Amino acid sequence: MKKNGIGTLVSRKKRGRTVSFLIVITSYIIMQAMMSTGNLSSLFSGLLVPLCCYIVAAIGLNLNVGISGELNLGQAGFMSVGAFTAVSVSGYLASAVPNPVIRLIISIIAGVIAAALFGIVIGVPVLKLEGDYLAIVTLAFGQIIKSIVTNMYLGFDENGFQFSFVDNKTKLAPGGKMLLNGPMGATGTERISTFTMGAVLIILSLFIVYNLIFSRSGRAIMAARDNRIAAESVGIEISKVKMLAFVISASLAGAAGALYGLNYSTLVPAKFDFNTSILILVYVVLGGLGNMTGTIISTVILVLLPELLRSMQDYRMLIYAVVLIAIMLLTNNETVITKMKMIQKRFSSKTPGDRAAG
Amino acid sequence: MDFLSYLINGLGLGSVYAIIALGYTMVYGIAKMLNFAHGDVIMIGAYVAFFALNSFGLPLPVAIILSIAVCTVLGVTVERLAYKPLRQASSLSVLITAIGVSYFLQNAAQLLWSSSTKVFPTIIPNGGISLGGLSISYLTLITIAVCIFVMICLTLFINRTRTGRAMRACSEDKGASTLMGINVNRIISITFAIGSGLAAIAAVLLCATYPSVYPTLGAMPGIKAFTAAVFGGIGSIPGAFLGGLLLGVIEIFAKAYISTQLSDAIVFAVLIIVLLIKPAGLLGRRIREKV
Amino acid sequence: MPEKRLILDVKDLGIDFGGLTAVNDFSMQVYDNEIVGLIGPNGAGKTTVFNMLTKVYQPTRGIILFDGEDTAKKNVVDMNKAGIARTFQNIRLFSQLSVLDNVRTGYHNRSAYSSLTAVLRLPAYYAKEREIDENARELLKIFGLESEAENLASNLPYGAQRRLEIARALATGPKLLLLDEPAAGMNPQETEELMDMIRLVREHFKIAILLIEHDMKLVMGICERITVLNYGMMLAEGTPAEIQADPAVIKAYLGE
Repeated sequence: MKKNGIGTLVSRKKRGRTVSFLIVITSYIIMQAMMSTGNLSSLFSGLLVPLCCYIVAAIGLNLNVGISGELNLGQAGFMSVGAFTAVSVSGYLASAVPNPVIRLIISIIAGVIAAALFGIVIGVPVLKLEGDYLAIVTLAFGQIIKSIVTNMYLGFDENGFQFSFVDNKTKLAPGGKMLLNGPMGATGTERISTFTMGAVLIILSLFIVYNLIFSRSGRAIMAARDNRIAAESVGIEISKVKMLAFVISASLAGAAGALYGLNYSTLVPAKFDFNTSILILVYVVLGGLGNMTGTIISTVILVLLPELLRSMQDYRMLIYAVVLIAIMLLTNNETVITKMKMIQKRFSSKTPGDRAAG
Repeated sequence: MDFLSYLINGLGLGSVYAIIALGYTMVYGIAKMLNFAHGDVIMIGAYVAFFALNSFGLPLPVAIILSIAVCTVLGVTVERLAYKPLRQASSLSVLITAIGVSYFLQNAAQLLWSSSTKVFPTIIPNGGISLGGLSISYLTLITIAVCIFVMICLTLFINRTRTGRAMRACSEDKGASTLMGINVNRIISITFAIGSGLAAIAAVLLCATYPSVYPTLGAMPGIKAFTAAVFGGIGSIPGAFLGGLLLGVIEIFAKAYISTQLSDAIVFAVLIIVLLIKPAGLLGRRIREKV
Repeated sequence: MPEKRLILDVKDLGIDFGGLTAVNDFSMQVYDNEIVGLIGPNGAGKTTVFNMLTKVYQPTRGIILFDGEDTAKKNVVDMNKAGIARTFQNIRLFSQLSVLDNVRTGYHNRSAYSSLTAVLRLPAYYAKEREIDENARELLKIFGLESEAENLASNLPYGAQRRLEIARALATGPKLLLLDEPAAGMNPQETEELMDMIRLVREHFKIAILLIEHDMKLVMGICERITVLNYGMMLAEGTPAEIQADPAVIKAYLGE
């Protein structure tokens, strides 16, 4: 119970916050330096923006799954909403706002707002349920969003917007532009996403999530997670605080989707399917529930792993699967956990400075 | 007449969902885990049946038995290697492991048999019987019959045998079951064996309806059947049966009367509405927390 | 004795679960700054009464007047806001939060600020958090938990967990505190300390306390009045001396 070598609970958590900001900023500087000196392969530099997107979506999901304790199997749905909103806004504003940075910011904000609205609409029914039933309903909403986006046709010409659903009935005048094209999604998107914006979004999401956790609302969210009835008995409105976590999580997914969508010239709705939701959930669980630094590290490793295994070609996804299972089995193995704790103890007792900090 | 034939087609599709959903619901009822790899067991079952019929020219009954045997062994092996060490772990760890197993099976299939689609041979002759202006294909009839047969066997097994009783005891309280001398690990193995065997039967029926075999074949039926299990009340065997049938009927009706493209969205929307009205599914029990 | 203010007035309260009547015709009054005991054999419906008073269960019949106000339309959160706080028979702490954070959650509505204030770290955030922190640490000191402030609540020993639950309940600023078997699992010495603590809480916070307890030494030692419940019905009501002499109570506890 007494202060041990690895510091007290609160100081450890707050140190985690500092560490995560440092990791992001340092990595950003290193990557920028490597890119400007031409030391980064094109394959790798092409991965930077999507990596940032997955990190932002995973940080959001960790708020929902780790801090709020509700399993969400539909995070990709919110990414989809953010992505196609942002792509449409950017496409529409192409001539009105020629500056790509300003247009990128406007488009991301639009994506966030759209995803937040979806979060509110979906959150009302979803948060009435509990446990596995809540999880399956988020899965269902993810599928519904995918179906709806797959059937949307949106275009504009000098007479204004044209929209149709299921069957493409849009008839654009010459010079008009299709923004969404059903199952084909968005095509001909100007690629305005940048790695810098990705890094900014990660820092913003860390800022929001950490500031929330270390506050009245964050404590209420975690209290509702740990014990619903006790939380209500101290005057916490469960549905309100769960909704807060759910909507912020959705908004961050929206931002991630927006950045992702504007990073590719074509984007199909099928990209944001159940598998993508699961992929982000895997990052969160492997990084540790409620642990944002862990989420960032695990996302980086798991996004890069298939690329690093590229030489293995056909076997890489198989190895990925084996690694996933192995990590889960090892991290839940009694003997491994005890050994890790022993190593941690020995390591920390050799660094007295750490104790002073705690 | 259209209505009736849609209804019967819906029951046919629903029968396949019901058989898969039984696997999900039994495993959930006893091991309290969402076995996301269940859909991929179906895929393996489909490949085994395909090779047995096509490459080795085995007769259909032998192919089916072989497929059931392989899936049963696969299900039990996966449980032993991947899920059993996680009995005390959080449900999320088990979920991620199941996802890992799912990736593993899909990619193993892709490596072994390539990602190209293989055409499943016709195993049930075309045509059917007609009742007044209503024609019902042999395939639909057989599928519904198999589903009813499976349901009856399973109900008898659960209610009339010692093992079935032990299963029900385990789903209520594992600790107490152990004290009563029930080997919980054995019961969980048997549950996975039955669920995976049913997946093989579903695989053959599924391929008879949609005759293409590919590595991600099990994903969508898996999600749908999982939905069906929740729909009926996960953990409840009659619930899985009812949920599967209803889901099939809703899907066919949605395709016929509303829109083919939106049928999936409609299915999931109905699920959400049902859960909002009955939060534990149609036949599920809601356990109230004692304060 | 001067006329005291009536804080809780319960009339003909009853609840059915399915066809089963768990509690029926239950009436009681609690006055300001009073310690009242609710006793009865196991399964008599004591915790059910607490659950109705806090609206965890909505009563089927009867009226609960709290501080002169009808509570028919209130839910669990409203009851806490109105001024009823409670502890639980099977301890319900926020197990993954620190001891200090458990108490801080108690100030959720008393020192409120918006989540936007939190995210943007506006000046109000720092002011309110300082206020919460000071008050919470003071409460921990009263309950002898200040040295455990940074530890996980679930790592506390049993007795300390019970004390923390009381501290958290008090943080919400109640007028009436409901304690559900506060001495359960405590040894005689800890129980002795708990009795002093309950008296101290009453003096310090000027609140009324209603407690369920099986430890008769504690109940008879600190309660001014006692209500006895048996099979969901009121059996007796009176001072500790009256209750101890009541033949019906003796029969209910000792059998024929």
